[in-house]
Amino acid sequence: MNTMGDLAAALLLGAGVLFMLVGSLGLVRLPDFFSRTHASGKVDSVGMMLCLGGLALYEGPTLTALKLILVIAFVAVSSPVAAHALARAARRSGLRPWKAPGEEDAPR
Amino acid sequence: MESLYTSLAAFLALILLPPLYRVLRGPTVFDRLLGASVAGSKTIVISCLFGYAYGRIEMFLDIALGYAILNFVGAVAIEKYFTSREAAR
Repeated sequence: MNTMGDLAAALLLGAGVLFMLVGSLGLVRLPDFFSRTHASGKVDSVGMMLCLGGLALYEGPTLTALKLILVIAFVAVSSPVAAHALARAARRSGLRPWKAPGEEDAPR
Repeated sequence: MESLYTSLAAFLALILLPPLYRVLRGPTVFDRLLGASVAGSKTIVISCLFGYAYGRIEMFLDIALGYAILNFVGAVAIEKYFTSREAAR
């Protein structure tokens, strides 16, 4: 049973690190700020929650696991709020979404 | 498990480089803020992994909790500052 729990924790850690890798590559490769916000959401919420959830599963029912779950809950609330605030500030300061080279303007 | 933690932390430190590239070369100030936020969330995971690798998870977990709060408050505060200005280029 213990080895099964360790295996599940290692799987969660590996999945979280994979999401972080994909999000980092997207942060470099995507064309403009609004699509990079999409890539940053992968790292902030999914990758971090999977990694910390794997650590909490490895820890078992202790106070440390409770604190890890507290960090997960805080990030689940705060990361979308921060991303939304950044995107709204960019939109209000005049930044417009990127368009592919032959695509006409979408109707407002 | 300790070697897994150390190698995962090393890999995460390696993929800290793309957000730092975005912080250095971001065309707008919002790209730089986004890169800094991503680097901060990776730092939280690295700090937890270091806690398990060194066997002192209690101390490193408190550091991670404080870092999560600072990451959020810093992003929202700087966003407020740049919303109040007109041209944030």
